[in-house]
Amino acid sequence: MIRYLARRLLSLALTLLVASVVIFLIIEVVPGDTASLMLGVNADEETRLALREELGLDVSKPVRYFNWVSGMLTGDFGISYTYRTPVSEMIADRMMVSFPLALYALALSTLIAFPAGIIAATKRGSFSDVSIMGVTQLGVAIPNFWFAMILVTIFAIKLRWFSAGGFPGWEVGFFAGLKSLTLPAFALALPQASILARVMRSSLLDTLGEDFIRTARAKGLSARQALWGHALRNALIPVLTIIGLQFSFLLAGAIIIENIFFLPGLGRMIFQAITQRDLIVVESVVMLLVFAVVAVTFLVDVAYAVVDPRLRRRV
Amino acid sequence: MIKKVSTVLVAVAIATLGAVGSAQAARTDITVGMQLEPPNLDPTAGAAAAIDEVVYANVFEGLTRFGADGSVKPALAKSWEISEDGLTYSFKLQSGITFHDGSAFNAEDVRFSLNRSRAEKSTNAQKQLFASIDTIKVADPETVVITLSAPNGALLFNLAWGDAIVMSPDTFDKAKTAPIGTGPFKFSRWVQGDRIELVKNPDYWGTPAKLDKAVFKFISEPTAAYAALMAGDVDAFPVYPAPENLAQFEADARFNVVVGSTEGETILSTNNKQAPFDNKLVRQALAHAINRQEIIDGAMFGYGTPIGTHFAPHHPVYKDFTANSAYDPAKAKALLKEAGFENGFKTTLKLPPPSYARRGGEIIAAQLRQVGIETEISNLEWAQWLEQVFRGKDFGLTIVSHTEPMDIGIYAKPDYYFQYDNKDFQQLMSDLTLETDDAKRAEMLQQAQGIIADDYVNGYLFQLAKTGVANADVVGLWENSPTQANDLTEVYWAK
Repeated sequence: MIRYLARRLLSLALTLLVASVVIFLIIEVVPGDTASLMLGVNADEETRLALREELGLDVSKPVRYFNWVSGMLTGDFGISYTYRTPVSEMIADRMMVSFPLALYALALSTLIAFPAGIIAATKRGSFSDVSIMGVTQLGVAIPNFWFAMILVTIFAIKLRWFSAGGFPGWEVGFFAGLKSLTLPAFALALPQASILARVMRSSLLDTLGEDFIRTARAKGLSARQALWGHALRNALIPVLTIIGLQFSFLLAGAIIIENIFFLPGLGRMIFQAITQRDLIVVESVVMLLVFAVVAVTFLVDVAYAVVDPRLRRRV
Repeated sequence: MIKKVSTVLVAVAIATLGAVGSAQAARTDITVGMQLEPPNLDPTAGAAAAIDEVVYANVFEGLTRFGADGSVKPALAKSWEISEDGLTYSFKLQSGITFHDGSAFNAEDVRFSLNRSRAEKSTNAQKQLFASIDTIKVADPETVVITLSAPNGALLFNLAWGDAIVMSPDTFDKAKTAPIGTGPFKFSRWVQGDRIELVKNPDYWGTPAKLDKAVFKFISEPTAAYAALMAGDVDAFPVYPAPENLAQFEADARFNVVVGSTEGETILSTNNKQAPFDNKLVRQALAHAINRQEIIDGAMFGYGTPIGTHFAPHHPVYKDFTANSAYDPAKAKALLKEAGFENGFKTTLKLPPPSYARRGGEIIAAQLRQVGIETEISNLEWAQWLEQVFRGKDFGLTIVSHTEPMDIGIYAKPDYYFQYDNKDFQQLMSDLTLETDDAKRAEMLQQAQGIIADDYVNGYLFQLAKTGVANADVVGLWENSPTQANDLTEVYWAK
């Protein structure tokens, strides 16, 4: 077990190292200079060089890479070129929006998908199955930015139940914060819920056809007892995998939704940082996301090993 | 105990009544929408218009300032005297001014701020504004004396820029995130990515602001800007990013659509050193191939004023040179033939992100094709545009709006990206700087407009309009944009 963990940890460290080099190289080759962006069209070359020096951009790339990585090891992500505030603070601020939004959307999508998937699978071929499949087909096909604009038109402009966007901050109150994330969370959740419901349905149908369900029914369990006691638990494995994937997607992939609802989230920050060539912010956020994905994978590996002793021996 | 509780209840009741009562009165807060968030709040540390759009005149002030009509007015300096030779300016400061942190303001702060901006290692984006200053001396706590190395007729104008505002030596290093100025509003907080909040400065030296609170909200998506106005989340969008739905706001009694002018000369910038544009005949052909009104209608939904030179039409000394480059494709073809390009030629057209460039670029490409000029369009981000076009000078044509006020002087810099090199023009500009007589300056400025129009340096398209939308009850917002600012000092709610 310890050897297994050590190997996993080593591979985690190597992955992060390689990722840091790749990220740095890819992002640093992007053309454009943050200093000339900041100074506009009237400044002369001398001023630009002075600003580059002030920003620490005049040192060579290997030195910058080394400073960046060694800083990150101590939790210091550097200072944003344009905002001149520590990148770690900026990320922490934005996470206060992006993380709850991703959780909220995930909760909504799960709450919609589970019942829908279960009903569709257990009443296969019925009217409810056909309509659920039809609606989810639509849900997968509708672009979420379009759905978001429809939500805004109905609930913000016509009914005025919600603001068209923006985030007041959690200090105004938990429910005020939650309310402002409601429309974006629905917009994000719709396609995710549709995918999830379809996965849930097919996974459950597969499981319901397995031998052990027949055995359970033969032992005298009702269809309902077999479903809740045996089928559902086994059908959940692929569903949980999808949920895990969706969460990292929701966290980093909400750029468009954050723009439509003008939310100060991580996605919008990356977007802004790229256009402003605030490379240190882009690098650090991307690195952090890589770390999150790699760390989750590591935890899943550990969990597998705990659950399944065969894995420990094999590796 | 019971007494305490009842006191509290009474207090709550009064507070509630008060709240209900004030709901009837006019509002004293405003939420202003802006498309771009400022990268920082120090106007001396960057060219981003969004910085001035939040802090200019609201939080920070300089010796002089721009009025809504573009005139230069006294600000921290209540008056000034100019010596006979035009070399010495002595500014008398307002008395009793304090910074927002309570510390007293005096002449020393002025000297410090201006010296900082013109220092060798200064990163002020408009450092050239201070080029003629030789020394800055403090005569007494309320008098600053600026000595110039040569007369400069534009000094008072230059000092009105946001890049010339005054900060305290004790707090200047915090200005990027927590600015402390002398203006009618104090910085309150910045939720990065979302909004900046200002509150009224009760100790303001001048006429106090009418609003108690001002919030700047950052909405980059045009559709989101539309929704935010419609839903009442923002009260005003002074530079509204989607001209296509202005008509909808015009039809809605809840809103006021304000169309004003800006300092943005939108031009088809031409690389004067790249063949074939080094040939004046080719540039002249280019000018006659362009149909300005079609571009204004197609790209700007009709908002914009045609220009024939690099000068703002609302300026008193503007001269109309549009006839000089009137739309005449037949003449354009003849000129091309004369220049030896009977069969046309191919060039690049590099477009930065704003819609005037992207939409305008496609229309211009079609117009140029009519006379045989083929353009290869490439869409660039600002960072790429600055790198390739502005610094690399690797372009044939590009479209850009030059938004700095009174920037005809860029034509006197031969290494500026469009690379116009005319000794007479350069001489005229240096003479202009030395000239302090207003009538003579006006004459010289008109002469300058004529030279660049006759040389067809660039294709002069239109003056960018400022299209704003605001709640119909909001009064006092700037209609025009003599500098990129949202001066809220005189804004209030009619009801």
